[in-house]
Amino acid sequence: MTQVAIEPETKGGLVFHPLDQFIVKPAFGDGAVNWYTVTNLTVWMGIILLAIFAVFVLGSRGRAIIPSRVQSIGELMYGFIYKMIEDITGKDGVKYFPYIMTLFVFILFANFIALIPMSYSPTSMIAVTATLGFGSFVAITILGFVKHGASFLKLFWMSDAPLFLRPIIAVIEVISYLVRPVSLSIRLGGNIAAGHVVLKVFAGFAALAVASPAAILGIIAIYGLEVLVAGIQAYVFTILICVYLKDALHPHH
Amino acid sequence: MATQTNTIAGACVDAGGSALGMPQLCAEWMPNQIFWLIVTLIAIFFVMSRIALPRIGAVLAERSGTITNDIAAAEDFKNKAAEAETAYEQALTDARAKAQEIIAKAKAEIQADLDVALQKADAAIAAKAAESEAAIGEIRDSAIKNITEVATDTAKELVLALGGTADATTISAAVNARMKG
Repeated sequence: MTQVAIEPETKGGLVFHPLDQFIVKPAFGDGAVNWYTVTNLTVWMGIILLAIFAVFVLGSRGRAIIPSRVQSIGELMYGFIYKMIEDITGKDGVKYFPYIMTLFVFILFANFIALIPMSYSPTSMIAVTATLGFGSFVAITILGFVKHGASFLKLFWMSDAPLFLRPIIAVIEVISYLVRPVSLSIRLGGNIAAGHVVLKVFAGFAALAVASPAAILGIIAIYGLEVLVAGIQAYVFTILICVYLKDALHPHH
Repeated sequence: MATQTNTIAGACVDAGGSALGMPQLCAEWMPNQIFWLIVTLIAIFFVMSRIALPRIGAVLAERSGTITNDIAAAEDFKNKAAEAETAYEQALTDARAKAQEIIAKAKAEIQADLDVALQKADAAIAAKAAESEAAIGEIRDSAIKNITEVATDTAKELVLALGGTADATTISAAVNARMKG
């Protein structure tokens, strides 16, 4: 079977293009993809925005004391993220709640909407996740220096470690600090992209009569896993942002 | 896939419309992705911070306020219920005491009535008994007298029949002596 997979064109049956789903192309007409071109990615970004608007604005338009179903979903996410920020960063982190909530709902809705068949998954693109990761990282680092000035660097200087170890620890701390955005963006993009590739590969096998029952069962199983991954990755990204924000607000351990 | 025409061929897509390498790493598309991501994030941020979050926050605050008030009201009602229960218990105890009192009083009254009636009855019985005794005594006296008379007469006749003579006084003395014996 692997041989078939390697030479799909000659056999004519199995065709594997698991990466084609990530191709960016203009949504209307043809042509080059310029930075302003409305692409399939733009369309799905718009759908994500509309879904967020539907859940958070239309869902809560009744302002009901006893919430409707959609309103309680919004309230659940609100309470979840609010409590997360309060628990991790403390009371003074609460004023960054809208920013973190924006990150969370974008990643969550992007991950879940990407699970709709034939959809496009923005969070599987490294350019998108790197923008999120490095953007947050730069913003949090600037915030740390604005709040604490040069004493923000004490974050890397373990004052309770033995003196001769402190420079070594400081180097390691700086490296681990600088790796944070990389791990943030690769974790999210890698997880989502890998899940979609695996789904596509199983879907390719489903065209083969012998393998199709197993392949379809596999798709169902992987799809369930991907639903978990979609939620967990949004959660992990957000909670790490909260932890980094805590470092910026309280660098003195 | 094969039917797709070659319209978007570039550095990252081959003539058949398939990806060359990983589309994630295609530098040609990155400005587009980053631009639209930033547009979307700004839009989401405004939707969240201007409309959704204040609204949901207000609803949650209002709800927790309502719940706090309701709990306080419930606490109030609970206290009132406890008070009412105490009052009820008190009333019940009072009623019991009063009932005991009434029962004791009634008993005493009945006892007094009973005593009076008993005394009356005793007196009546005693009177009746005395009366009866008198009657019996009379009857006995008259009986004795009759017997004496009959005995005297019989004795006189017997003496006469036997040919003797006897005066009345001797006979009655003899009869009397016999009657006593």
